Amino acid sequence: MSLNVELVSPTERVWSGQAKFISARTIEGDLGVLPGHAPLFGVLVDGVVRIDSVEGDSKEFNIQGGFISVANNRVSILTESSK
Amino acid sequence: MGAQLRIYRRRMRSVKATKKITKAMELISASRIVKAQQRVSASTPYANELTRAVTAVATYSSTNHPLTTPSENPRRAAVLIISADRGMAGAYSNNAIKEGEQLAALLKERGLETSSYLVGRKAVNYYRFRNRSIAGSWSGFSDTPTYDNAKEVADSLIQAFVADSSTDKFGVDEIHIIYTEFKSMLTQNAIAKRMLPLEVVESDAPVPSGLLPMYEFEPNAEVVLNALLPRYIEARVFNAMLQSAASEHAARRRAMKSATDNADELIKSLTRLANAARQAEITQEISEIVGGADALASASTGSE
Repeated sequence: MSLNVELVSPTERVWSGQAKFISARTIEGDLGVLPGHAPLFGVLVDGVVRIDSVEGDSKEFNIQGGFISVANNRVSILTESSK
Repeated sequence: MGAQLRIYRRRMRSVKATKKITKAMELISASRIVKAQQRVSASTPYANELTRAVTAVATYSSTNHPLTTPSENPRRAAVLIISADRGMAGAYSNNAIKEGEQLAALLKERGLETSSYLVGRKAVNYYRFRNRSIAGSWSGFSDTPTYDNAKEVADSLIQAFVADSSTDKFGVDEIHIIYTEFKSMLTQNAIAKRMLPLEVVESDAPVPSGLLPMYEFEPNAEVVLNALLPRYIEARVFNAMLQSAASEHAARRRAMKSATDNADELIKSLTRLANAARQAEITQEISEIVGGADALASASTGSE
């Protein structure tokens, strides 16, 4: 089982694919998402989003604010800008 | 060369020069449409995700957020019109402005005042010339709007919306947006939509059917909604701007294409006229020579 992830910004789809773990920083603190996570909607603060893809490599994105939504193993991360 | 012929040739030269310009503009616009379309489609995933999120939060939270509940006693509505900075695009800007007039009339019927927010020099000039009040205007980016441009516009709209319309004369209770929807290379329509309070959410892709999951909100629904709605408005404005930009290029391409065709037509008819004038000149010269020769001949026979 894996997570279907989309990291999107207003101007492009930054990353999309299958992942086994995601970590992001919400207003209330760091948040880790594994497959099977309960539906969640969170507000992200400036920080790093880490995506561990199923191929085994790990990617990090610096984002400036945004949102994370998790439902049925589908994760979307919306951000205004990412690097 | 006769005077008539010279005039025709001069006009042909000037039409040809114009044709070169319109042809170049047509080609430039044609290449820019593709880029503008790509930008529209690049912004769709974000817009769709955001729409999904807003729908989910608005449906599953009981919070009565001011941005989602219509005012009981609306006084003023903001109308954002997106037009072009430059002309040469046929009726593109005019259509958007006209749509704005219609909407303003409709709002007036409901007893609402209108405060106008304008994007693009064409709309600004139209309002300024008629001495109408402008609540906010932005220009200089109509063919390649960036997200920051959209953010600037959205920010001032949200600010006006959050302000209390009964006490603040800049406050509004509704926000409407008028932009030109890019349907295809051939069809673009100026349309008016209500952005706030939230109406039926529009998106290109159908919103996934079935029940939306019961979300847990982090930290809570209200904070999420507070953070989400301004982004949603920004994304809507951005999408509208991108579609308008694509439409502007398409409209310009079409206008310039018909200008080029007309120039061709004009050159053709001028060529015919010039040919006729040249022929008339030659005929006249021949008849003058023949007449002169005849006169000489009859004069010499008379003397013998």
